[in-house]
Amino acid sequence: MIEFLQHLGENTRTSFTKLGRGTFFLLQTLSGILSVLTRPRLLLKQMYSVGVLSFLIITISGLFVGMVLGLQGYYILSDFGAEETLGVMVAASLVRELGPVVAALLFAGRAGSALTAEIGLMKATEQLSGMEMMAVDPIKRIITPRFLAGFLSMPLLAALFSAVGIIGGQMVGSGLLGVDEGAYWAQMQTKLDFQDDIINGVIKSIVFGFVASWIALFEGYDAIPTSEGVSRATTRTVVNSAFSILGLDFILTALMFGDN
Amino acid sequence: MQHTRTQDTLVGLFIASGIVGLFFLAMQVSNLGSFTGHDGYTITARFENSGGLKVKSPVSSAGVKIGRVSAISFDTTTYQSVVQMNIDAQYNTLPEDTTASVFTAGLLGEQYVNLEAGGSDELLKDGGNIEITQSAIILEKAIGQFLFKSASEKK
Repeated sequence: MIEFLQHLGENTRTSFTKLGRGTFFLLQTLSGILSVLTRPRLLLKQMYSVGVLSFLIITISGLFVGMVLGLQGYYILSDFGAEETLGVMVAASLVRELGPVVAALLFAGRAGSALTAEIGLMKATEQLSGMEMMAVDPIKRIITPRFLAGFLSMPLLAALFSAVGIIGGQMVGSGLLGVDEGAYWAQMQTKLDFQDDIINGVIKSIVFGFVASWIALFEGYDAIPTSEGVSRATTRTVVNSAFSILGLDFILTALMFGDN
Repeated sequence: MQHTRTQDTLVGLFIASGIVGLFFLAMQVSNLGSFTGHDGYTITARFENSGGLKVKSPVSSAGVKIGRVSAISFDTTTYQSVVQMNIDAQYNTLPEDTTASVFTAGLLGEQYVNLEAGGSDELLKDGGNIEITQSAIILEKAIGQFLFKSASEKK
């Protein structure tokens, strides 16, 4: 019994210290933003590896998710003779939920894990301490550009995911199943609001981008500098990002769409 | 140097396509492209019962959508529903004796405000009131009245 309590206490303590270190790390990262903006080349290089290299997986997944939504939605809606509202269903579910969430999960898997492994390996091979020896701040030089790149790429990727998904739903819906193309777009336009749906979706993706990049970079920076430690940190990045994204999504949805 | 130049191009392409995606969502998917509620004028109508009317419900005349409901409130002295409507600026020739009624699109569809133009020469201005209104038909009430009537006829 005592042992159990001791274990519980120790776990609580370690998770709180980790949260504290993470917050401190985030503040340090954010304080480096100005110095990164004066050297945009660092940011551009990271935008390439975080954003451009995620482009393909995001658009292809978006296309397939939209196509599946089109198929499933059609089967259910046609029971009620409401196939015309397929556009509303596909667009609303993509813009409000699936776009930001699935894009963020893919982002955590594709870009987040790569960031953790890269930083963890830099730490294991003592590149980070080497930089400190040369009086180069590794946070400003390595971490902040990657953080900014993830933070900026995520909304763009989520918007692409939704846009491609809606086109995919239209391809299946009106190309394959015979929903009127005009009704698909017109119903969507009357039912979806710019402020309530699109902007809230973008806000969601900004929050997810922030959290996913923060977790990925912190896990890498905090990794035990061995090959096993780096592999564990990479796993933790994907698991923790997925948890935080889905949990935050619930909270954000309750806040945003709760009153209507 | 060649390598960074392709990288720059690709990053530029990525950002441009992301912005195109956002623009697509704004203009093609949401209502931003079809109707903006800013450049219009507001008129008010009082209903005995506005039924299931909501903010953003359409306002139409002769079947054409000319605006949206912008606010619904309850008047505590007259016990009426006060419905504010934002009418698109290009439809500024509604006569003063226009009739407003709450209709339902289809049997179970959403409710909307229908404006029927009168014959007056005076026009409705910004902040104007519609005097003649017709309340929403509440389905339960209508069925109840029908049942009551048919029961009393049998006696």
